[in-house]
Amino acid sequence: MSDLESFRQDVRSWLEANCPPEMREPVRDEADLCWGGRNASFKNDAQRRWLELMAERGWTVPDWPRDYGGGGLSPAEAKILKQEMARIGARSPLYSFGISMLGPALLKYGTEAQKRRFLPEIARGEIRWCQGYSEPNAGSDLASLQTRAEDRGDNWVVNGQKVWTSYADKADWIFCLVRTEPKAPKHKGISFLLFDMATEGVSTRPIRLISGASPFCETFFDEVRVPRDQVVGEINKGWDVAKYLLGHEREMISGMGVAPGADGTLGRLLADKAGRDGEGRIADPFLRVDIARFDIDALAFGAMSERFLDELKAGRAHPAQPSMMKYAGTELNKRRNEIVMLAGGADFLEWESEASRGGKTAREWLRSKANSIEGGTSEIQLGIVAKRILELPGS
Amino acid sequence: MPLYLNDDQTMLQDTARTFLAEEGSIQKQLRKYRDMNCKDGFGHALWRQFGEMGFTGILVAEEDGGLGLGHVEAGIVLEEIGRNLTPSPFLTTAIGAVEALRETPHRQRWLPGILSGETVAALAIDEGAKHRPEGIALTAERCGNGFRLSGAKQFVVQGASADLFVVAAKAEEGPTLFVVEKDAGGLEVEGVRLADSSIAARLTFEGVEVDADAVIGDVGQGGAVLDRVLNGVRAGAASEMVGVASGSMALTVDYLRQRKQFGKLIGEFQALQHRAAHLYSEVEIARAAALKAQQLLDEGSDEAELFVSVAKAKAGMVSTLAVQEGVQMHGGVGMTDEYDIGLYMKRDRVLNELFGDVNYHAERVARLRGY
Repeated sequence: MSDLESFRQDVRSWLEANCPPEMREPVRDEADLCWGGRNASFKNDAQRRWLELMAERGWTVPDWPRDYGGGGLSPAEAKILKQEMARIGARSPLYSFGISMLGPALLKYGTEAQKRRFLPEIARGEIRWCQGYSEPNAGSDLASLQTRAEDRGDNWVVNGQKVWTSYADKADWIFCLVRTEPKAPKHKGISFLLFDMATEGVSTRPIRLISGASPFCETFFDEVRVPRDQVVGEINKGWDVAKYLLGHEREMISGMGVAPGADGTLGRLLADKAGRDGEGRIADPFLRVDIARFDIDALAFGAMSERFLDELKAGRAHPAQPSMMKYAGTELNKRRNEIVMLAGGADFLEWESEASRGGKTAREWLRSKANSIEGGTSEIQLGIVAKRILELPGS
Repeated sequence: MPLYLNDDQTMLQDTARTFLAEEGSIQKQLRKYRDMNCKDGFGHALWRQFGEMGFTGILVAEEDGGLGLGHVEAGIVLEEIGRNLTPSPFLTTAIGAVEALRETPHRQRWLPGILSGETVAALAIDEGAKHRPEGIALTAERCGNGFRLSGAKQFVVQGASADLFVVAAKAEEGPTLFVVEKDAGGLEVEGVRLADSSIAARLTFEGVEVDADAVIGDVGQGGAVLDRVLNGVRAGAASEMVGVASGSMALTVDYLRQRKQFGKLIGEFQALQHRAAHLYSEVEIARAAALKAQQLLDEGSDEAELFVSVAKAKAGMVSTLAVQEGVQMHGGVGMTDEYDIGLYMKRDRVLNELFGDVNYHAERVARLRGY
């Protein structure tokens, strides 16, 4: 048996013995996701145990180095772990912007002290992070951000406002883009700061969205004092860190294009909802065509995601490829939600009823519309692909 | 196994890319044989070179003198064929016939000629305007020691120059595949030029008598062989369409970088940039889907059939998008015979139709997924 095969056997038996049955159920709603943090709320004991067991092995971040709380797995091993988790429908033990966004940036740009301080607590789910990027006047044109950080000796002092800060009201720390040199060209006066959301002068206000939920906040900074050693990368060179992190954010968001569950195809999920004919086909022939065409695109995109992640791990992906993935994945996810609404008809229009679990499907449908806006709009991604991959001339 | 080409495969890709860009170019092959009104529609000299390069033996087992490689490698060659619109019997011969004859006694008779690039094979499956292999009507009746074949076939690509045909027929016992030689009595072969200037054939079988050993595998068990053949050529056609899409996109992006209007390069206009970037994204996805299908075929996975249909349908949609955008973005010159972009449009149309169009494969995906 090859090393990888025996690794697979070990992973399989460990998961069999340790993954609680509750953690093999499909995710039904937000409460099923474990985000960790100082004030972590666990839905049940199984969720807490699953996080602890996985964190102990470093498998919340299988391919991070062991020194920083990771599993130290090779790309091939990490892929096997992922496949084996998918095989039994195991949930991800931890959802975390620390893992998907900040961690990779710290691994690349952080000092050794920063890595040792921040990465292990991210891996264990002890600190929940949020992202301070967008501002009211800096959306697609992110580099025009105005939040200021002034050098006052021992500290940076931050004043300004962020918006669309996901879960700012629940987060413990923030990674935040601030302007440290107002006179420099806009990309060259930005720094990347880390600070505790409990610091005096930080306040948040949730924004009510069309889905009725408030996953995003406005975040205000009033004379917030940040120790000097909490800058990642060089001062005024934060845009490099920001862009690198955006690549990872886009990669994470593109994952939404891959439907959840061991059997990721929409048809199987929706056929019973939509009604079948005598031969077991979806009764509405036009809906059946829509779904089949969607499944073709989704399965093909699934292959693309696999290829992209393999290439990324091997250092073979084009640096702008996350933009293409983000674009394609989010457009696919919006289309998926449209088809789901179509298949469910009036049932899925109910907004509060118990039968609809509080309008879960309709709210998800509305939430999906943000996918092609957050993390850089589809139009921004297409522009990046056109310029950096196709090398079309700038205007 | 990672979903990208390994080192050996990358080397093969480099070889095939250089070779076909040079020897298989539109100027040297497609236009040349089209403009001389060649009755075969492709160059036999290049086919023999395929033999010298080893391409013809990619799927042939090593003990039979081939390279013993897989569908991934065959797909690598086909993507380059597609990129250069190289007219070639590779798909029907080196994949279709080789898959059909695999592990049968027919190997000794036919493989040496296929390996050397002397022999051309064609698949006689379709009987109407659309690909419907589930409803084969050509009959195979028992007759003495063998069978008598009666019926007609259409869209037999490379049929006009084929030395042998793999013929799908209906015997009393069920679907049965036969090897039929080009000069069999009662077989009429009529070459027809298609829109892309390739030559297909209409075949008429008027009581064509063949020996019992012309059967491929067992009588009545042709369904499984046909599935194997079709999986191979559909995945191959998907790769060829990825090549067509890539070639078309490359020409188009180049044009956007050169053509000036309103005092600007038209590639500066966001309306065109976004469409080009969307196209790029789709081509990348189609390439991944084709590679996935081929890896699964090579692994013998149960999921291969599903992914073959996904790949054929996705590559078909993407290749059509690529050629439509290509002609449109070229503007008026895109309509001229002088520019190559229109040739891509014609080739795409034929490949989309070949071995099942997008709708055919969407139907299969729905059935395989249980809805």
